[in-house]
Amino acid sequence: MDSWRKNPLVFWVLNLSPSAWLIAFFIVPLALVWVLSFGEKRGLLDVAITGTLDNYARALQPLYLEIFWKSIWMAAAATLVCLIAGYPVAFAIAFAPNRWKPYLLLALMVPFWINILIRTYALIAVFRTRGYVNFTLEWIWDQAHSLLAFLGLGGYELIGARFVPLELLYNNFAVSLGIVYAFFPFMVLPLYANIEKLDRSYMEASLDLGAGHWRTFFSVVFPLTWHGALSGVIIVFIPALGAFFIPDLLGGTDSQLIGNVIERQFKAANDWPFGAALSFLLMYATFGALALRAIVAGRKQGLEV
Amino acid sequence: MTVDTKDVPTGLRWRRAPRRAPLGPLDYTRRWWMRLLVAVTFLLLYAPILTLVAFSFNDSRRNIVWRGFTLKYYEKAWNNDSLIDAFTNSLSIAVINTAVATVLGVLAAIFLWRFRFPGKAAYEGFMVLPIVIPEICMGVAMMAFFARVGWPTDLPWPFNLTSITIAHIAFSFPFVAVIVRARLVGFNRELEDAAKDLGASDWRALKDIVLPYLKPGIVAGALIAFTLSLDDFVITFFTAGPDTITLPVKIFSMVRFSVTPEVNAASTVLIVITVIATALAMRFQAPVRKLDSNEG
Repeated sequence: MDSWRKNPLVFWVLNLSPSAWLIAFFIVPLALVWVLSFGEKRGLLDVAITGTLDNYARALQPLYLEIFWKSIWMAAAATLVCLIAGYPVAFAIAFAPNRWKPYLLLALMVPFWINILIRTYALIAVFRTRGYVNFTLEWIWDQAHSLLAFLGLGGYELIGARFVPLELLYNNFAVSLGIVYAFFPFMVLPLYANIEKLDRSYMEASLDLGAGHWRTFFSVVFPLTWHGALSGVIIVFIPALGAFFIPDLLGGTDSQLIGNVIERQFKAANDWPFGAALSFLLMYATFGALALRAIVAGRKQGLEV
Repeated sequence: MTVDTKDVPTGLRWRRAPRRAPLGPLDYTRRWWMRLLVAVTFLLLYAPILTLVAFSFNDSRRNIVWRGFTLKYYEKAWNNDSLIDAFTNSLSIAVINTAVATVLGVLAAIFLWRFRFPGKAAYEGFMVLPIVIPEICMGVAMMAFFARVGWPTDLPWPFNLTSITIAHIAFSFPFVAVIVRARLVGFNRELEDAAKDLGASDWRALKDIVLPYLKPGIVAGALIAFTLSLDDFVITFFTAGPDTITLPVKIFSMVRFSVTPEVNAASTVLIVITVIATALAMRFQAPVRKLDSNEG
């Protein structure tokens, strides 16, 4: 690697256009939002920058705290489901014969290449009142109904007079499920990377010494791979908080993520300073999570040396 | 991930681990419950998408039961002017984005690989920022920026797409830079030095030695930039005006009103394009082989 002084002309020619683009069309817009977050809304599009912290204080009002709490809860539930479902899949890929691995990883990645919006839309067809889950349930109900009639119990309406479809869409459950479906591969990949690196003799030792598979997992595998789990949790949880289109398509009136609140401030409610403050709070949370991951990764390296 | 069975004759690879060997303690992939779990997970992952695609060919207005094969919803989508407009917008943006983002990304990758300079760590941090921050934060930032600088919104057709294109370039060129830099790691700088010893100028060495070596990385980066742009919903949603709808934004507004096979058809088209482009990108980005440093 050369010092830039050795060849300033080449350095500047290569550097100039990407840097200019990054500054003009990324850093400046972000800085603008940061400045806006300290402003007050005066007119329709008029914002006076007064250095006020009111926008941040407003985020702490009970109304918004309640929304954030629910939002965090939905995203956290989804992240937990991803983690629980992700470990077996990561395990299966890591322990698969080498010739299968690329195909299994590919199979995991392909749905992920598909537009996240389209994947969310695909869930509607599965879960709506006249969707596949309810069709399956109706079929089971029909079978049970004829069985009861056959047994002579048809008159008692033990399972209701008619099949009542489950309302699976337009609630918080659907939103959590949508998040799981959208971000699942994000969880599996860091888990896989960590399980793959794991020294298997530890597991063999644990199994040889009489621990069962569960005990081996919780006492050996998880303590050795939890930083992979942490990476996965961070890269599922944080984007999930901002994914405003998932509640828009799958959620009910009261299911909103932080992204929905931000989106509303910039579009319908037209309160840019408050939206700016919220989006910077989300950014600070992201930075905090990334710093945490870096610290954990650094400490782990320190231990290995 | 590399398979180290290269030296084993093909016929022997399958026989190395006999099929019916007793189940070892760590043979998790051969346990039925593990197979079942993984099969169910993959089924859940694929079933919704496959049904979506299948029902774009279904000869029934309602997406419920199969009534026979038809292409009429593709025809309908094709004759839906606003849908075609959105698609044209998306493709135009993606093409220009790919051209500009690839150039910027390659330049950034080369200079970060080649030079040491004060504040480099911070610079690299800013460079990956568009990749790591939540999309919605970038979306609202671009929206506020274009409104604040008074970016004209009433220009005639391709020019009204500039604000979206600018935003797309800003988030996709760092991805290109990351991919190209990964390729540069395997580059043997002695080749460049040899060219210079033989009298090549900096530019000549870059053009004839570095760029040809980088070609697969550049192609992969360009394909990724293309898919990122074509696929992007969140950032476009905030920068698009009423006349500059892209395909994902159009699909979003259609889906909010109703679930129709026409949407399935439009989605299927987008799925096919992005999956093919990404698969090609993965091929070009295949892990650097050892021999590469000797190629020219």
